[in-house]
Amino acid sequence: MKEYIRKYFRLRRHNLQVSIKKAKRSKMCYLFLAPYAILFTMFYIVPVVSSIVLSFTYYNILESPTFVGLQNYISLILEDDIFLTGVKNTFMIAVITGPLGYIMSFLFAWLINEIPRWIRTIAIVVFYAPSIAGNVFVIFSIFFRGDAYGYVNAFLMNWGLIGRPVLWLTDPKYMLPICMVVILWMSLGTGFLSFVAGLQGIDKSQYEAGYMDGIKNRWQELWYITLPNMKPMLMFGAVMAITQSFGVCDVTMQLCGYPSTDYAARTVVTHLFDYGYSRFEMGYASAIATMLFLIMILCNKAIQSLLRRVGT
Amino acid sequence: MRKKEKIMEVKQKPKILKKRQPNRSRVGDFFVYLFLCMVAVAMIFPLVFAVNSALKPLDELFMFPPKIFAQNPTLDNFSDLFVTMGKSWVTFSRYIFNTVFITFVGTTGHLLIASMGAFVLAKYEFPGGKTFFNLVTVALMFSGYVTAIPNYLIINGLGWIDTYWAIIIPSFAAPIGLFLMKQFMEGLPMSLIEAAKIDGASEWKVFMHIVMPNVKPAWLTLIIFQVQALWNNKASTFIYSEEKKTLVYALQQIQSGGIARTGQAAAVTVIVMVVPIIIFILSESQILETMASSGLKD
Repeated sequence: MKEYIRKYFRLRRHNLQVSIKKAKRSKMCYLFLAPYAILFTMFYIVPVVSSIVLSFTYYNILESPTFVGLQNYISLILEDDIFLTGVKNTFMIAVITGPLGYIMSFLFAWLINEIPRWIRTIAIVVFYAPSIAGNVFVIFSIFFRGDAYGYVNAFLMNWGLIGRPVLWLTDPKYMLPICMVVILWMSLGTGFLSFVAGLQGIDKSQYEAGYMDGIKNRWQELWYITLPNMKPMLMFGAVMAITQSFGVCDVTMQLCGYPSTDYAARTVVTHLFDYGYSRFEMGYASAIATMLFLIMILCNKAIQSLLRRVGT
Repeated sequence: MRKKEKIMEVKQKPKILKKRQPNRSRVGDFFVYLFLCMVAVAMIFPLVFAVNSALKPLDELFMFPPKIFAQNPTLDNFSDLFVTMGKSWVTFSRYIFNTVFITFVGTTGHLLIASMGAFVLAKYEFPGGKTFFNLVTVALMFSGYVTAIPNYLIINGLGWIDTYWAIIIPSFAAPIGLFLMKQFMEGLPMSLIEAAKIDGASEWKVFMHIVMPNVKPAWLTLIIFQVQALWNNKASTFIYSEEKKTLVYALQQIQSGGIARTGQAAAVTVIVMVVPIIIFILSESQILETMASSGLKD
């Protein structure tokens, strides 16, 4: 046993020496990577770590942080009703818009893959434009305006479907569904581009071979040939979709107001802003951020292991 | 001669028919096209609506029942915008300058720094390289809101609050840029780099003169993502002084100006949305070329 342990350590030391030697030889690599690595550490790694650390403290910027253990998490889950509303809304939005947006991205990428090149070019711009156009979604606030000049109201009143204008963006009943529609409208983003490009890259001869082997319709073709070939892009698209759908806050804040009526459009991120930037309870806000971080990472890992099984 | 032409025609005809892919029914194709057209109209409608609202004179904006298309399109809203903003303490052109400056510097720096990192990660093996790249992929999995508060504290500690750097420098480290660049550079043949090295080029020269010109499609992709992120950056948490605020922030202020400013708000919306869309249209084919290598392998 002793011999074994000694051998193990010798091996370890040897490995370390080898990698140090390698590192010395590739100084140039580190030099090239350094600017990015430093900035990445500063603005991604350190923040995540310090957010986890701060989440166990009480910190209001003016005084130095004091350790409070799990207090923040306990009050988040047991006492903070508004946070739970936020979690509920975020999950509602994520569970509905995430998968739907993802499926839409793939579906449209797949459907436009076969149409002639010049129409495809236009179609990509049309589908992708909403997500790239940034704050254009505020136009929906004119669209759903609560008075009779709002388009939806005017339209419905003209047809006699409603008697008086509906306060679309101030009535808790309608807020979330409208936000979801807007989010779905913007959901053909990076993942969509990745799918379009990936579909173009599939070897055409595979389809011919599949035809010979008796694939009968486009659905079989999709399941047996297209999807397995697209796996890496599907993974990438899933990462993008999950990250986006859990981070919803811009749309709800700008359409429904901040804070919204009865907190009906509050999401986890809005809650984070509220505590971080309005009340300066940085420890509490960090606890929210840490929870959000864990949710996002876990979801991503789960979806990835699910996607690994596609087409097999 | 004529006979030959006829033969050619006969030969070509089946070819056109054959171009249709197998496994596709005409009925299915028809419905696919119909569906795509409907969705395309739905997608483009809000954008068209935004442009139309910006072109409407005031009386049309408050017409009952409202019309979607402007009857007498004018550019009044745009000129009003400059008048209103001209009267305020900070002129409208200043907001545009701020956004353009932030976007330009942030994009250029990000392109250079991320490409340098991506180059060594893609083409050389060195201890720690793989681990670092895995960390970057993990960073893709959570959105920037998670790090918002520590980021604020760090930037505050560096004394960058209320400067452009508070937005520009963190944007250099955007993980998506490094990720896409690295994936694309993996397709670059190693022999190209080795040949240049044998000819006596230094690493920096290899990078600037061999690698970078060969990954131009990826440049455009990085640029579009970065422009999209920076152009739409409100930066309301970092910047307080009026003369440093961004265009999107100004847009929000106009919108909160109430119903009377509806037309002007629509005009700003159009100004904000036009730039990223135009950049995307101009660089679409190159972006798609890059995205083909965007897959996440495990």
